Formats: sequence, C-alpha cells, structure tokens
Amino acid sequence: MAVSREEVIQIAALARLRLTEEEVDQFADQLNSVLGHVEELTALDVSSVPMVGGVSEKGIARRSEELGPDLLHLSPSAFAPAWEDGFFSLPRLAALDQSELDEGFADKASLESAGRPDEASVTGEVG
Amino acid sequence: MKGEWGSIAELAAAVAAGRTTATEQVHEALTRLGRIDPAPEGINAFISYDAEVAAARAAEVDGAIAEGRGAGVLAGVPVAIKDNFCTLDHPTTCGSRILEGFRAPYEATAVRRLREAGAVVVGKTNLDEFAMGSTTENSAFGPTRNPRDLTRTAGGSSGGSAAAVAAGIVPAALGSDTGGSVRQPAAYCGIVGLKPSYGRISRYGLVAFASSLDTVGIMSRSVADAALLLEVVAGADRFDATAANIPVPQFRDALEAGLEGLVVGIPREYFPEELDPGIASACRAAIDRIREAGAEVREISLPHTRYAIPTYYLIAPAEASSNLARFDGVHYGMRAPDATSSAAVYDETRSIGFGAEVKRRIMLGTYALAAGHYDAYYARAQSVRALITRDFRQVFDSGVDVIFTPTTFHLPPRLGEKVQDIYRQYYGDIFTVTANLAALPAISIPVGTTEGLPVGGQFIADRWDEVTLLRAAAALERLLSE
Repeated sequence: MAVSREEVIQIAALARLRLTEEEVDQFADQLNSVLGHVEELTALDVSSVPMVGGVSEKGIARRSEELGPDLLHLSPSAFAPAWEDGFFSLPRLAALDQSELDEGFADKASLESAGRPDEASVTGEVG
Repeated sequence: MKGEWGSIAELAAAVAAGRTTATEQVHEALTRLGRIDPAPEGINAFISYDAEVAAARAAEVDGAIAEGRGAGVLAGVPVAIKDNFCTLDHPTTCGSRILEGFRAPYEATAVRRLREAGAVVVGKTNLDEFAMGSTTENSAFGPTRNPRDLTRTAGGSSGGSAAAVAAGIVPAALGSDTGGSVRQPAAYCGIVGLKPSYGRISRYGLVAFASSLDTVGIMSRSVADAALLLEVVAGADRFDATAANIPVPQFRDALEAGLEGLVVGIPREYFPEELDPGIASACRAAIDRIREAGAEVREISLPHTRYAIPTYYLIAPAEASSNLARFDGVHYGMRAPDATSSAAVYDETRSIGFGAEVKRRIMLGTYALAAGHYDAYYARAQSVRALITRDFRQVFDSGVDVIFTPTTFHLPPRLGEKVQDIYRQYYGDIFTVTANLAALPAISIPVGTTEGLPVGGQFIADRWDEVTLLRAAAALERLLSE
C-alpha cells in the first residue's frame, strides 16, 4: 500500500506536525520504504494467534486506592513558569479566529481551549 | 580506556571503611569528565553536570558515614544517568529541544534507589532524542564520540552512558533499552550492558518512549558490577504497576557458578551471511570457549526472527506517537514563541521542537494507528510479537538455559555516515529487538575485538531468569580475561 503525499499531510495533521514540502516528500518516501518491509508480515497466518495485549504474564497488579505522600519534590509554584493563587497561569492561547476556522485547523479541542478575549490569561486548577 | 575504577563493591567498601571518601571519588569522576568530555574535541557523553551539587551530595554520603548512620552498598560510587530519567539536581532534556528548560519535579525510582544506596549522580548523559536512534547522532546536543575510536559513534540510544563508562569517567551508568539501546552502545564501546526482564525495574520517572518495550538498563565495566546495581534498583514499586512484585534474588551469589551443566542455545538466524566477519569470528571463538568450559552448546532456531524488525517498527512508533502527544508546548519545556492560536502552539512547538527521527517515528506510528490501518498494522504486529515470544518459549521449554548471539550486526559506524535507506538503518537492531518484544532479560559483554574495535556478545535468558543470565555472562567474562 503506497502512501501518497496527501496521506502524509493528513497523518501530519493528526500528529500535530507541520511539515515543509520537502519533509512531505521525504516522509512519503521513508514511510513507503518501511511499510514496504512491513508487508512481509502479511505472509504470516496469524488468524489463530492471540494478539499480545500486554507484557505482564499475570496482568497488571492492582493496588488499593490510597492517598500516598505527595510525590513532587518541588512545589508547583517552584517549577511552574507562572503560578497565581494556587493555579497555573498560562498565556492566553487564542482568540477565536475565523480565518483559522476557515483553514480547518480549529478542532473541538482548540475551540474549547480558546481564551476569552477579555482575559489576559487562562488559568486551570491543579488536577 | 576503562580508567582507574576498581570493582564497585570494593570501591563502596573502601568508602564505608574510610580508606577513601565519596568526595574524593566524585572529584575524580568530575576531573576526568572536565578533561576528556567537553565538545567539540571531547567525547560529549554528558548533556549536563553540576560539580557543586555533586560535591554536596558526596558530602552528605561522607557525613552519614562519619556520623555512624551507615553506608549503602554503593557508598560514594559516582554514577551517570541517561538524560531521559527524571532527576532532581539536573535538567531533564531527553536530548530534545522540546524539553528546553524543563526540570522534573520528581525523581525516577531507579535513580532514587541508587542515591539511597549511596551512589552520587555526577551528571546526565547524551542520547538520541527520546531514545530514538542507534548512534546518539539524533541528539539536539551533538553526537557522542566512541572513546575507543573518536571518529566513530558510541552507538545509541544510550551512547552517552556507554561512552562515560568506557572512558572511565564513571564506573557505571543507567541507560534505557527499548530495542537494544543499552546493549548496542555497550557492545560498540566495549563495556557491559544489561537489559533485565520487562518489569524487573520500575519505569517510574523514565520518560516514556514505547511503554510495552521500555526497560531500565545498567551499563558497567563488569558483570559483577551490573549484578550489584541490579540488586539495588530492581523490585516492585507502587508508582509503576508494571514493575513486578516478585522477589529480587541476590544476583551476585550466582556469578561464580560457571558454565558447566548449562545448555547454551545458538540460534542460526543470528549468524547470517551478511554479519560482519570480524564479529562472527569473535562470537564463534566465544562459543568455543563456552563449550570448552563444560556447557552443552546446541544449535537452535528462532524462526520468526526475520519478522522482528517490521514488528518492532510498528509497535514502538505506535506507542511513541501516543506517548509523545503530551509534548505540546503547554505542559512541558519550550513553547513556540510566535504562535497566535492554540492549534499553532501545538503544531509549531512540535515542529520546531522535535528532530527528524522523532517526527519520522511519530508519523509512522500515527499512520499505523489511524482508522482503517489498525488491524492491518498494529494488531497484526502484536500477533507476530506473540509468535516471536512463542519461539523463545519453545526453546527454553526444550531445555535450553540461555541463548548466545552477537549483539550487533556491524561495527560502530563512523560519525556522519549516512545510511540512505532508512529501513537498512533500522535493520541493524535485529539481534536486540527480539528480547524487548519477548520481554526477556539480555546482556551484552565484550567478547573480543576486530579492526581494533570491540565486539559484543549477547546472552538472552528466560523471563525473570537474570540469575542464569548473569551466571553465564560472568563465566564467559572470566574465560575471556584469562
């Protein structure tokens, strides 16, 4: 299955990577090279082989939901670039931009995270 | 090239007994680092180090001993840590621009256990960006040179840790091994590289690349040193559910047992015609020594080996594309300075921050996981992984105790040597990725030289059987030093 330039551009959008024209061509070649060899796997009959779901023989051990000591050696106020009143302070990421919508970049996530125009910053509570 | 370090157990005992101090040992390591490491002429094994902080940590160890508060089994041992482990005293970069300015607010379990045993972290070592590569040339901080031949790479992705040990800057270092990233650079630099069973060492605080394959590894000058460090860092951890809650043996107890009575399997698929003739010759000579020492050497077959590279290069990038989604310009490290929308923050930060190999693997993984491709690629690769695991199961069930193979296909490449065909470059990992896919413990030890360069031989043992793995490796190490 040959990967087209259009597919490379689509995959890059899913991966949140902006590629140059040169990179699009390069990745198309390289993905085709690797995927060409991956085709070897289709020679194997795996219909009766269970898919490996994980690497733990007995499954992942569960533990009780206990509140342990705080793991952070630094307080959030010490490592966050900006910290106000118990909240991380972030630069305003975006105003809602019609041209961006037109370009198709704005997905649900970016709409939801778009800042309100009258605020200088958006804050989020520490989870 | 290995510097002046004696055995780690003896060094720690000397510090504990007051014949030397942690401060003196750390000073020795930092002096050597300052003399031979700085780029561009030096080895460039380290991304960061802090002499003052290391001296202060050493003073804490010395103070504890002076006050009779006891000395750990690694008292005063200087160690280096691959820069994809979260540490408290240094930045954590993963060799990437995208983590510029990031300092971890917590510490990896393996690093904490080393420190609690008295080891002193002198610095963080160079790596291929996010551990993706096999030459350490995919680092935002420049390539690491091989101390055995400065015109060649140290291998990768744990090339900085391998070079730091091989050059005698530190007696041991931590690396990570997702497809051979501890064993291959160890082989290239002429040291010991141990990748234990998946689940033997907690991955908490190791920045995730491919979560079902990532393993914390140990790089040292001898098998005994590796066994000691494994005793310290192994074991269950409440912060990593995949770290197995099973007893940690005293691995050093088995090191003297020798090869007599062991069945050593030699898989024919690991000695192809294209194998470097010098590597093949050194490994065949090692097999002769294994046989002479009383082991039964048995030819075996691992028939699905040829499928290991395509399987690995679907599973690892798929998991990487998911794990690296978190680097978005918001949560960690750098943020594209001129981005004017949220989408642009994500896209531009990642496009500026990631290097070519990381982008390539994210693209490959995203493709493999995309709707319509999942069954054909990722699901099929996981099934083939089961076949590869079954190959090993059948071999061990047939009575084979441990498997011996070459560690690498080629000698270390020259710096800047470009491989045009990306798949051919990936294919160089063929002897090491299988142990990751099957979650098995494996170790590379020096078994000779060819063209003046070290050759690594690899033992692979059954899951959780590091005791037999280390026993066989220590025995061959002794035979080859006679």
